[in-house]
Amino acid sequence: MTILVIAEHDNQSLKAATKNAVAAAAKIGGEIHVLVAGAGCAGVATEAAKLAGVAKVKLADAAHYADQSAENVAALVVANAAGYSHIVAPATTAGKNFSPRVAALLDVAQISEIVAVESADTFVRPIYAGNALATVQSTDAVKVITVRTTAFEAVAEGGSAAVENLAAGPDLGNSKLLSRELTKSERPELTAAKIIVSGGRGMGNGENYHKLLEPLADKLGAALGASRAAVDAGFVPNDYQVGQTGKIVAPELYIAVGISGAIQHLAGMKDSKVIVAINKDPEAPIFQVADYALVADLFEVIPQFTAAVA
Amino acid sequence: MKILVPVKRVVDYNVKVRVKADGTGVDIANVKMSMNPFDEIAVEEAVRLKEAGIATEVVVVSAGVAGCQETLRTAMAIGADRGILVETDVDLQPLAVAKLIKAVADKEQPQLVIFGKQAIDDDSNQTGQMFAALQGWPQATFASKVVIADGKASVTREVDGGLETLALNLPAVVTTDLRLNEPRYATLPNIMKAKKKPLDTVKPEDLGVDVAPRLKTLKVAEPAKRQAGVKVADVADLVSKLKNEAKVI
Amino acid sequence: MQRDAMEFDVVIVGGGPAGLASAIRLKQLAAENASDINVCLIEKGSEIGAHILSGAVMDPRALTELIPDWKDLGAPLNAPVSEDRFFFFSETGATKIPNSLLPQCFHNEGNYVISLGNVCRWLGEQAEAFGVEIYPGFAGAEVLFDDHGAVKGVATGDMGRRHDGSEGQNFQRGMELHAKYTFFAEGCRGHLGKQLIEKFDLNKGADHQTYGIGIKELWEIQPDQHQRGLVVHSGGWPMQSDTYGGGFLYHLENNQVAVGFVVGLGYSNPHLSPFEEFQRYKTHPEIRKFLEGGKRIAYGARALTAGGLQSLPKMTFPGGVLVGDDAGFLNAARIKGSHTAIKSGMLAAEACFAALAGERQRDELTAYPEAYKNSWLYDELYKARNFKPWMTKGLKLGSIMFGIDQIVFGGKAPWTLRHTTPDHAKLMPASKCPKIEYPKPDGLITFDRLSSVFLSSTNHEENQPCHLQLKDASVPISLNLAKYDAPEQRFCPAGVYEILGQEEGQPRLQINAQNCVHCKSCDIKDPTQNINWVVPQGGEGPTYPNM
Repeated sequence: MTILVIAEHDNQSLKAATKNAVAAAAKIGGEIHVLVAGAGCAGVATEAAKLAGVAKVKLADAAHYADQSAENVAALVVANAAGYSHIVAPATTAGKNFSPRVAALLDVAQISEIVAVESADTFVRPIYAGNALATVQSTDAVKVITVRTTAFEAVAEGGSAAVENLAAGPDLGNSKLLSRELTKSERPELTAAKIIVSGGRGMGNGENYHKLLEPLADKLGAALGASRAAVDAGFVPNDYQVGQTGKIVAPELYIAVGISGAIQHLAGMKDSKVIVAINKDPEAPIFQVADYALVADLFEVIPQFTAAVA
Repeated sequence: MKILVPVKRVVDYNVKVRVKADGTGVDIANVKMSMNPFDEIAVEEAVRLKEAGIATEVVVVSAGVAGCQETLRTAMAIGADRGILVETDVDLQPLAVAKLIKAVADKEQPQLVIFGKQAIDDDSNQTGQMFAALQGWPQATFASKVVIADGKASVTREVDGGLETLALNLPAVVTTDLRLNEPRYATLPNIMKAKKKPLDTVKPEDLGVDVAPRLKTLKVAEPAKRQAGVKVADVADLVSKLKNEAKVI
Repeated sequence: MQRDAMEFDVVIVGGGPAGLASAIRLKQLAAENASDINVCLIEKGSEIGAHILSGAVMDPRALTELIPDWKDLGAPLNAPVSEDRFFFFSETGATKIPNSLLPQCFHNEGNYVISLGNVCRWLGEQAEAFGVEIYPGFAGAEVLFDDHGAVKGVATGDMGRRHDGSEGQNFQRGMELHAKYTFFAEGCRGHLGKQLIEKFDLNKGADHQTYGIGIKELWEIQPDQHQRGLVVHSGGWPMQSDTYGGGFLYHLENNQVAVGFVVGLGYSNPHLSPFEEFQRYKTHPEIRKFLEGGKRIAYGARALTAGGLQSLPKMTFPGGVLVGDDAGFLNAARIKGSHTAIKSGMLAAEACFAALAGERQRDELTAYPEAYKNSWLYDELYKARNFKPWMTKGLKLGSIMFGIDQIVFGGKAPWTLRHTTPDHAKLMPASKCPKIEYPKPDGLITFDRLSSVFLSSTNHEENQPCHLQLKDASVPISLNLAKYDAPEQRFCPAGVYEILGQEEGQPRLQINAQNCVHCKSCDIKDPTQNINWVVPQGGEGPTYPNM
């Protein structure tokens, strides 16, 4: 079996998501190739070649891949699909964008956002917003797969693959990138953030919320969230709300400060990779789901936490 | 310009679903069904384009059991002009649906097809993209703004870390994200009018599409319950564990 | 802003058993008489059945009258009662009453364990097949009157108003639905029914209504614990003998059971929490044994009328009628209200049809109460009339006396006991009543409020005017909290009411309207009737599955 992983990158450097995708490929088993499509992205290919477990890197470097449009990338992948048993991409907005096109053009199903590999043809994926997990088996000759990055630990460096140049695929020319605004400098958006600092009723008032949590979020590069109770009490506006009737988030790290952990709140953050809870009430329900529990007075420990984070 | 909007009948987003004890699936017996919320947004966007004089007709299409007729009527109550039901009891998966929509689109010749980005039951996030590929059309997924002018669709998309705006040649495919619009409430008079709007029913065989599923569901289970983790003694302990054990900071 | 109007022959507010039966009967009569009447039924839930919740054991009598071939048509009555068990519970013990000693009203041979929600869904399909126009997602918000003061219809609620009352982006003004006759079928303590009772003084001469709150869960249990058609009722623990209440556990199909508890809302101890009484009820060995190893799949609550015959208001007024529990036909002794609701709807429909055929409109359908007086419905309620008043006097005395009333007198005792004090006026000051220590939820058999409300799938648009109106905003703190320790925190089964800020010395009442399950208990039990429940936007509230 040979697996083709489509790299995620910004032409300058490889994005971490690729390492999770390679990890998933490793679980499937077989020879792993990585496809890098971009413009002026030779450096990305070199990085990919260093990943543990990668046997070959295929590089398609051409102007019409600069914006990595779904149409062009998919056409390229399809043109080079021969011989691959699996085509894998991370389930980022980029991967979700082009991967189904590949599947349709190959006339096969796609298995979206897998969280586990059971065998070469059987995978586990979330359905109903993660309230159920389906184990599905593909009967197609080629398995087109997107991978939930938080479910597979990124591979380290350790490889030394060869980089092979590919002939550029067609430029379908029917889509043009007009502009791109990436919000790097400001606080990340709640639903896309890797780390979220979230405050609840225990914060006491809006002033405390901002005074204590903003510095911590700044240090961590985190988004700010809140429980329903904090929003109702007027500490923060309701677009901060995480929960059943607010936003559903799945960051790598969710830090719940002064949040009791009612089921309605859990419904919004239960898929977080790591949950930290800081609350002075040892019986707070949030401690039943927190990976790391700190039973303490948040007014004491949050400033300590902020200071301790590099 | 004609706009085609595929809509899916799914479990209502308020319902707390439950996995069946025998692990064969989610229990949807007697559960409230509604239009997929992202598809509602798609219908609303299409209707707004019609009200702005850009589109001349909005056609909605749904594939599945007879009950999908209700979903089509709801779309027509929001303002769609005509509905098409591709009726089948087969468990439809995205590739099959994309092919069915293609067959309908080949007949209807829309200039724009607006999909919801994903259905809240299987969360596949594929059908719009697959359809676009089968048609050889450009796509703009996760749209938060759509502007149609001069034979092009300028679509702002939500991507990881920000926004990007694409200009697509028509005909094109757009898939909607939550922030694109807020669908209107269907009024009683519009619900009544919708009952009289045309709704045609066809079968997959009539469209020459093989809808056999490709993925077999072996089992459906509840996610493992999160367990309580460890108590940390103090901030130093917490930071150390987050850095070295969990590796999240 | 002016509202558009539409004309119908009959408008029905509420898609429960009474409203649907009325609609079906009207259309049946129209078909039989080769005439056509247009019937419009509006329902505030997102679909028929979304707000329906009941035990329930149904007497098929009225359904058989309405639709004789209901079985062939697939009505979901799939669990005939196979066994009746009646207990008096103590905290750990149970005394089973031999069935031979139970009065007839506690026997269930020939009845069915049902999901009333599913039966209503089925009735809805039958109604639509008859041509009834059913519009779920539309709340009856306002009664409309003509120049003579007769009811001329209802207006549906506005949609898309913001919390401050201003018009949001998607604002839709409600519509006026005009009718020759309007049926009010909102169930117990319907908010329009409440207004009509006051406006037309319909309670004159009747006792005020008395109520219970019913809280119910649906469970999927271990197959070897399941016995389809088994019906369990209990009195006694956890209720004190001075508090009306009792529990039930009914075995449906599919290894599911409905377990629930009714607490009479005339309780006097403000520390009592009906929700927590229900939770601890489930720990009784006779109940727990069924639930062990099972999974809770749904939760809900609804107030019930319990006053019976004595509390029935006048059921007609110019232009309209009250049917079902909007009037209060539930038979508390038999613990059944769906067959009485259906029958009342049929009687009202028959009177209405005759009036329409006689070219009448917007007058009083006096033939309805007359037909009721001559029907089995009246006989049944007459027989049961002393149940609630006796039980209110205490469990032991009540049971004995009601037993005598039924067995010795056959329900025709030469006296009729009255309901003397309204439920809300029975609360005693908190300082004078013992606090109740409720056990903490164990997360396996017993649960907290919020995770329960989660399973009702209730939801409301946040940004809309609060539908729980306070007549006087200071009363919750100056009176309810001061005198009764804010009992709304406890009698609301959905956690809508919270007193916050006590630690800081600035207590205030927080209303989490979004959690509301439309049970109406707050409207009933607030000691000074300060809380007025009005209908929120249509299509919101619970989404009960199989309840």
